[in-house]
Amino acid sequence: MTKDIARKPIYLDYSSTTPIDPRVAEKMIPFITEHFGNPASRSHSFGWTAEKAVEEAREEVAKLVNADPREIVWTSGATESNNLAIKGASHFYSTKGKHILTVATEHKAVIDAFRELEREGYTATYLEPEPNGLVDLEKFKKAIRPDTVLASVMFVNNEIGVIQDIEALGNICREQKVIFHVDAAQATGKVDIDLEKLPVDLMSFSAHKTYGPKGIGALYVRRKPRIRIEAQMHGGGHERGMRSGTLATHQIVAMGEAFRIARIEMQLENERIRKLRDKLLHGLQDMEEVYVNGDLKQRIPHNLNISFNYVEGESLIMAVKDIAVSSGSACTSASLEPSYVLRALGRSDELAHSSIRFSIGRFTTEADVDFTIQLLKEKIQKLRELSPLWDMYKDGIDISKVEWAAH
Amino acid sequence: MTEKVYFDHNATTAIDKKVLGVMMPYLEMQQGNPTSQHSFGRHARTAIEEAREQVALAIHAHPTEVIFTSGGTEANNMIVHGAAIKNAQSTLVRSNIEHPCVSRPMEALTHQGWHQDLLKVNHEGVISKEAYKNINANNIGLVSVMLANNETGAIQDMSNLSNFAKEKKALSHTDAVQAFGKIDVRFDDMHIDAMTLSSHKIYGPQGVGALILNKRSDIEPLIYGGGQEKNLRSGTENIAAIVGFGKACELISESMKITSTHTRELQKTLEMSLKELGAVIFAENVARLSNTTFFAFKDIEGSTLLTALDKKGFAIASGSACSSVNKEPSHVLLAMGIDEDLARGALRISFGNQNTIHEVNNFMETLKQELQTLKQLTAIAA
Amino acid sequence: MAYSDKVLDHYENPRNVGTLDKDDPHVGTGMVGAPACGDVMKLQIKVSDDGVIEDAKFKTYGCGSAIASSSLVTEWLKGKTLDQASEIKNSAIAEELALPPVKIHCSVLAEDAIKSAIADLKSKQGK
Repeated sequence: MTKDIARKPIYLDYSSTTPIDPRVAEKMIPFITEHFGNPASRSHSFGWTAEKAVEEAREEVAKLVNADPREIVWTSGATESNNLAIKGASHFYSTKGKHILTVATEHKAVIDAFRELEREGYTATYLEPEPNGLVDLEKFKKAIRPDTVLASVMFVNNEIGVIQDIEALGNICREQKVIFHVDAAQATGKVDIDLEKLPVDLMSFSAHKTYGPKGIGALYVRRKPRIRIEAQMHGGGHERGMRSGTLATHQIVAMGEAFRIARIEMQLENERIRKLRDKLLHGLQDMEEVYVNGDLKQRIPHNLNISFNYVEGESLIMAVKDIAVSSGSACTSASLEPSYVLRALGRSDELAHSSIRFSIGRFTTEADVDFTIQLLKEKIQKLRELSPLWDMYKDGIDISKVEWAAH
Repeated sequence: MTEKVYFDHNATTAIDKKVLGVMMPYLEMQQGNPTSQHSFGRHARTAIEEAREQVALAIHAHPTEVIFTSGGTEANNMIVHGAAIKNAQSTLVRSNIEHPCVSRPMEALTHQGWHQDLLKVNHEGVISKEAYKNINANNIGLVSVMLANNETGAIQDMSNLSNFAKEKKALSHTDAVQAFGKIDVRFDDMHIDAMTLSSHKIYGPQGVGALILNKRSDIEPLIYGGGQEKNLRSGTENIAAIVGFGKACELISESMKITSTHTRELQKTLEMSLKELGAVIFAENVARLSNTTFFAFKDIEGSTLLTALDKKGFAIASGSACSSVNKEPSHVLLAMGIDEDLARGALRISFGNQNTIHEVNNFMETLKQELQTLKQLTAIAA
Repeated sequence: MAYSDKVLDHYENPRNVGTLDKDDPHVGTGMVGAPACGDVMKLQIKVSDDGVIEDAKFKTYGCGSAIASSSLVTEWLKGKTLDQASEIKNSAIAEELALPPVKIHCSVLAEDAIKSAIADLKSKQGK
């Protein structure tokens, strides 16, 4: 590998966070410097300007998902949205029952909100997905009980990029009168979302996964039929009482602009990204013992999650430090546990450990992909030459049959 | 049109250019998720830790005691909820002039098995030592008293709070959102367990704040997920805002003394003129923020005056920004036992570091004219 | 994870990577760890008739610290007697590589690998 120039690593971690689109930054900055009013200040024009911008942004967010602006509640991000939706609706409708349903491969924010409700006395079901990462509709239906109050299924998985059949799952929830929440943090700008058609009651959004800033998100709360939630942040009564706290005007404006750009450019962008992803996939598939995690068809074009057998994950990340990628989800990579998402798909710990998530985005070029393929091939070969497991595999030994001393 | 004059710094402040400068790289260039292991992520992590140190330094706390949140509202909700959950069925004590983001979560908890008891302020908006003696509850989950009031600017004696908390073995908290940056705030000297800070009141960006939590204190999170902020506050960190907040803390520590001396001068001039016109100034005779003047004229409709002044280019407030949606009289003034009609007419001026004596004089000129006009109209109507 | 320069050096340029003939009576092989735990270390030593380690080779499946730990011990082992080798402590490895607390287990694994290789050799030689 050439090391002649000190280059910035190639960024292939768009599912973790995206850079702010320069157009978004341009629109945002005047709201930090000039129009800095508190949107809740009703007594002067500084406040009014801010409030107007906030409402325009609300419209843009609503437009991307074909919702009514009045159904959009600002939050500090998808984690807060998920907490607010899940805890807020479960609390509000707790008289209906105390059973809640989700999928084992959900984002930590959903799983941990469920765990919190369990501590409060709710019963939770964490449905295992199929080996391709998708939820089986029949199993989902069977998991619903008479006392099920809420179900939460993510639109697009953050680690493996698979797209759940939200419409079908939503219809099941409607039939069973279960509140349906969807974490769409990874879906905006990547898949079409039409909330007029989709039977979804609550949906979480994030700006920083769609070329907006960090620290801002939204929760969609359906008006017809009206869904009620209990607030988790009380105070000045902002956001119609559902979420108090001074709104960061510049961040809201930026989220609106980011979602506007996503709406306009989504189709073309997805096509371009799909080509890059397919190129990456073909390049890497040349190697022996590589496994794609998650369904390839029902999947966003931005994501490629691959396990390189007989190579350890962390050393792999070290080896590929010229590209910025994730092993498992960013939120769990601080811990040394293998990805719980891949384990839920039935992947062995070894394969889970050796997975890399490549996520391609707006500013990825073909040259980036070429470089990545070349780098991966070189480094995987090197690490396999170092790996006693690779030797065993080459000698025809089935590693799963070996009795390893517990460590 | 003449330049607009902003006298509403207790609602929000314009960001300092230096703050914006440190934020820009995080707004414009590739940024990582601070949890990611690659260099983008590590860089973001380092930036957050530096900001944490800047915040800690400004208030004399340890960096590990700083938990970043999406703002003051969240931090207040977090401590109320988090302390309450740790101590089921306990009594939550607060002053009767707290910001709604302390009082409302407490009220919500009273529907779930917790009790609430109020510390009552006197006519000047201050909680006396004696007021604490009226609290009889023993199993107290949290006692929260704001350091400086957002409307009157009145400052509470924190030693009364800490002594009370010690005696009752209760977790103590102060909402220091308005005080921070205007008076010297030293967490280590206050002997309390938790404190709330907000960035956008100190020339930092909106959308970020912090809960300062004593290392010995244990609370439950409000928002669960990826386990950021030592598991106490999940969610991808708002790096740009956090970095900006850190810088704002550094700058405010440097400039606080100069700014408060300056605003004290403006306040003196303003209040002298206001009183000449017959205004009542609330919490006039107690320790009060040097930038805040909360006042009213008898028989003058506050909102009419407010609109008229805005048209002339002066941005001021009636009570707090958060409650200016409704036309209710200020709950703070009612708590102080101020007559409801007078309270309804209350206006707040809060100065910042850019305001000048010239602006104050112009404001008084305009105010005199507007009062004249209003009095004439009232006279005609009568 | 911030790695020390020494870890990075061993990781980038691992010493003594390879395999010795495990059936050779002078070769002791130690294999420790488990794929499920994220690291497997294979350490081989070749010992002369007078009990001195002439050669050491390793292969490691694991993180950078695991690779560096095993690479480092192969350097340390050469020229040592078996008794000296068995005195190598994980703390020395951790210190030399400046391993962070979460990576101490890598040095433990390396120490285990040495012990395991010596035990294998001894059992082979019927001692």
